[in-house]
Amino acid sequence: MTYILIFISAVFVNNIVLSQFLGICPFLGVSKKIETALGMSGAVAFVMTLATLITYIIQKTILEPFNIGFLQTLTFILIIAALVQLVEIILKKSSPALYQALGVFLPLITTNCTILGVAIMVIQKDMNLIESVVFAISTAVGFGLALVLFAGIREQLGMTRLPKGIDGTPISLITAGLLAMAFMGFAGIVK
Amino acid sequence: MSKNSNLKVFLNGFINENPTFVLILGMCPTLATTSSAINGLSMGLATTFVLLGSNLVISLLKNIIPDNVRIPAYVVVIATFVSVVEMSMQAYLPALYDSLGIFIPLIVVNCIVLGRAEAFAAKNTVLKSSLDGLGMGLGFSMALTMLGTIREILGTGKAFGLTLFPDKYGMLIFVLAPGAFIALGYLIAVMSKLKKA
Repeated sequence: MTYILIFISAVFVNNIVLSQFLGICPFLGVSKKIETALGMSGAVAFVMTLATLITYIIQKTILEPFNIGFLQTLTFILIIAALVQLVEIILKKSSPALYQALGVFLPLITTNCTILGVAIMVIQKDMNLIESVVFAISTAVGFGLALVLFAGIREQLGMTRLPKGIDGTPISLITAGLLAMAFMGFAGIVK
Repeated sequence: MSKNSNLKVFLNGFINENPTFVLILGMCPTLATTSSAINGLSMGLATTFVLLGSNLVISLLKNIIPDNVRIPAYVVVIATFVSVVEMSMQAYLPALYDSLGIFIPLIVVNCIVLGRAEAFAAKNTVLKSSLDGLGMGLGFSMALTMLGTIREILGTGKAFGLTLFPDKYGMLIFVLAPGAFIALGYLIAVMSKLKKA
């Protein structure tokens, strides 16, 4: 039950992009086509789950026992950067098809704040290992949902004639605002 | 001449290459921490400190850092300054630390900081890099403060905590998530119009 609640909360109620404001850069950057949006979401889901798992274990087995919690930010970002590189190398060798699909997005993920954000959040919320992994997967699903929805809207938007002033970033942000308003409707489902 | 170009580097971040309005970088803290003018300003200043520090150190180290590992090296420098900000804020301004929350450690992945390190500090002198960091940071702070003020006034009828009109006339939506996107969208539109004019 707890896991289902975590899932619903992370996907709909506290959507990482639309109500927590994490990962706005890829949200605006790679959301012009549904296809690329799906690729990016896949890459994020993959790295986020792995990164959360590994940073959690490091936090509990190294940082906390040795009382060096102040190195958290530094350690986590290095782990994530190394992990992204590693995933890229492994995918290239073992699964060229998957690499073709996700490859372009992988380098971008290091500076995607959702990954570091989730890794820090699970520590702050004092979750256990399984909860953390479930939370990471759910957050990634929420990210994917927002990204794909937004990409769909933007594909339509591309065919619309707009006043010059708000064409481009401004209209994307306003659209995102309306999407966020729609997501506010989910508020209250989970405490 | 050289004084002039230094000034130009410094002012670059305010209008021509304002990180928020023109480069559209660092959107996450821009949207998330601007629910009030004070929060926006503090986030901007925290980022300015990190930008100044990281640009300074990276431009000092640019000849020592091997090209292949430059990104991880930059990240370590940036993360160090972020930890400094994080710990000092936790010690001296705990209330502010709580309201900015997770976005303080997330300065590490703010694209502006790494972007300026890579695009500017790695190629320019120490003085110019520091000026660039300071200018970019203050331009970012300016943008955040503007957005924070607009959202605070529209949402609660206050500016920097001073009441302008009773908050029952405020539109709460502007303090919440959707208002952030919409206000920023219009602000960018207005700024790019003003820049062209």
